[in-house]
Amino acid sequence: MLAADQYLMVGVVLFGIGVIGFLTRRNVVVLLMCIELMINGAGLAFVSFCRQTGSLEGQVFVLFAMVIASVEIAVGLSIVLLVFRNRATLDVDEMEVLKW
Amino acid sequence: MVEATGLFSKLWLVPALPLAGALFNCLLGRQVSNFVVSIVACGSIGLAAALSLLLFNSFLKLPVEQRHIELCMYNWIPSGDFSAPIDLLLDPLSMVMITMVSGVSFLIHVYSVGYMSRDESFARYFFYLNLFVFFMLLLVLAGNFLVLYIGWEGVGTCSYLLISFLYHKQSAARAGLKAFVVTRFGDFFFVLGIMLVFVQFKSIYFGEVFPRAHEVLTPVMATWVALLIFGGAVGKSAQVPLHTWLPDAMEAPTPVSALIHAATMVTAGVYLVARCYPIFQLSPTAMSTVAVIGLLTAVISATIALVNNDIKRILAYSTVSQLGHMFIGLGVGAPAAAIFHLLTHAFAKALLFLGAGAVIHALHEEMDIRRMGALKGHIPATFWTFLVGALAMAGIPGLAGFFSKDAILEASFTNGGVLLWLIMVVTAGFTAFYCFRLFFNAFLGEKRWDPHVEEVHHPAPVMTIPLMLLAVLAAVGGYMGVPHALGGADRISSFLAPVFPPAHHTDGVSSSRLLGIVLMAVSSLSALGGISLAYFFYVMPGNREIPERLRQTFSGVYDALSNGWYFDKVYQAVFVDRFMGAANFFWQAVDTSVLDMTVRGLAGLILGGGEIVPRLQTGLVRWYALFMVAGAVVIMGYLYIF
Repeated sequence: MLAADQYLMVGVVLFGIGVIGFLTRRNVVVLLMCIELMINGAGLAFVSFCRQTGSLEGQVFVLFAMVIASVEIAVGLSIVLLVFRNRATLDVDEMEVLKW
Repeated sequence: MVEATGLFSKLWLVPALPLAGALFNCLLGRQVSNFVVSIVACGSIGLAAALSLLLFNSFLKLPVEQRHIELCMYNWIPSGDFSAPIDLLLDPLSMVMITMVSGVSFLIHVYSVGYMSRDESFARYFFYLNLFVFFMLLLVLAGNFLVLYIGWEGVGTCSYLLISFLYHKQSAARAGLKAFVVTRFGDFFFVLGIMLVFVQFKSIYFGEVFPRAHEVLTPVMATWVALLIFGGAVGKSAQVPLHTWLPDAMEAPTPVSALIHAATMVTAGVYLVARCYPIFQLSPTAMSTVAVIGLLTAVISATIALVNNDIKRILAYSTVSQLGHMFIGLGVGAPAAAIFHLLTHAFAKALLFLGAGAVIHALHEEMDIRRMGALKGHIPATFWTFLVGALAMAGIPGLAGFFSKDAILEASFTNGGVLLWLIMVVTAGFTAFYCFRLFFNAFLGEKRWDPHVEEVHHPAPVMTIPLMLLAVLAAVGGYMGVPHALGGADRISSFLAPVFPPAHHTDGVSSSRLLGIVLMAVSSLSALGGISLAYFFYVMPGNREIPERLRQTFSGVYDALSNGWYFDKVYQAVFVDRFMGAANFFWQAVDTSVLDMTVRGLAGLILGGGEIVPRLQTGLVRWYALFMVAGAVVIMGYLYIF
């Protein structure tokens, strides 16, 4: 039986990989994947706190988060698809028209 | 207090008619022809003058104790226990003043029609002139201090407007400004005086202030009130040390100098002191101050007039000097003599100025008496009328100036002492000398005209007829006050007597008849001496280099006199230059450097910030994400630490 903070540690690592990936990679699809990593890292933290305190609210949050993440991916991917059709690129650094 | 009835209820028309003329010329003057403008301008003043004469006639029929008529127009500022109605007061003093003001104004208006006929701002000129007459009549008819002050400032404004009438001329614009600022300096004290009157009496109403003055005012307070009011008079009547504006005011058109700067506005200070005489009487200090300032002014300006060469400036200094005489009369306790001199001086000096205007006109705007001469044959009407004016001014027996000047001289001898009298007699000799120096230089001797003057402009009848009428007044005006010493009744003194408290009243009371005649003889001799000296210098052939030699011998004195005793130079150095220095400092060091730099710096900061801050909006998604992470880290760190 692993201690609760070891689960927590895995969650932090997942979240950190997601953040670093988001900040360093340029491919939009990879960015979306990194967001998934961060959501799941956070979810893992919720669940492990749940386990620690014996309450159920965290698990409810995680279920909500998973549903919302899948919806978000559906919307996000369709936006990515449209952007690709228009700009013929997936590089976020080239999508910079919304600036000063 | 007597309510106005009958003809006296029409008193308000006297100032209202000139006001109506002014409004017409202001609003419609440019639409109508010059002929209509002059008819309206002269007509309104003429009607006012006629009405004044009618009023005078009815006034003389009233018993003496009823000669104090008040007419309240409406209550202008009712506020608690303070009220300032627009009320007019007709008593012997204001009666003679409105008659003189409206009469002389009428003659000068008629003269102006000829003098200004070729000016393109004809309607503007008559607008200002009518407005001036309105304010002057309001000033002398005022029944309380506030209405008097409205008139007081009104005439000051009109004076400014008319001095700067040729506003495109730098010197005229500056002279107007100087006149306004210098007289305002005196007005400042006058306002304080009015406030002090209100604080002491809880009223500014002449009918309540003067009868109670001896009960309400302590001697010290009476001195303060009197001196503050006198401050206003010093500014307006161009007394030392605020006399410097009047010679410069000669930039105005000549009829304006005759009306405002000789006959009426500058005498407002004399009128004011005479009006407030019950207060001045309570303070020997104030009375002596009035006399001393008057004496200083009379002597200083008479000596300056001796050497000046500008025809109008000689007359201006002469006016200042005669105003000084009037203040001496007030100061030695002879207010009726001062008012008498005010009237005769108004006739004579208006005549001299209008005559000078005709001379200037004849010689194509020549003002320097060194480039005149031999005008006698060319403009005879001006010559003869000017001669009458100069003789009256010099105080030759029989003419107006003689009687009034001697009334003051006699009072000075009786109340002021021999020294004061002696100085005034010498000044009378100076007066005669400078009047006739001007006269002989302009009209007699050989031609010294500027070569470009080929033909003399002859004055139109519209100019010469007022001159003749004024000459008649200057000749016979004195017979309203023939002194007891010469077997006269001194009617002007007894007419004015109800206005001035009788307690210290010494007008016309001569110690002995013989003394009176001796005093007159001495001052007449002094005047004749002045005239003879001028004749010797400037008319008798071959003597013209004598004054020139005198000038070289006494060059120090001559320089002092021709520079006006350096008053203007000292004021320039002490006040004007300092003030300009301070103004320059505040302009360049404070305004431009500090204030402007602060405002511009702030604007620059915001503009520069506006250049930098938007560059954070890169449009790069990962850049925004980095900020979010950094923000989250900061917040977490904050929560963790605290």
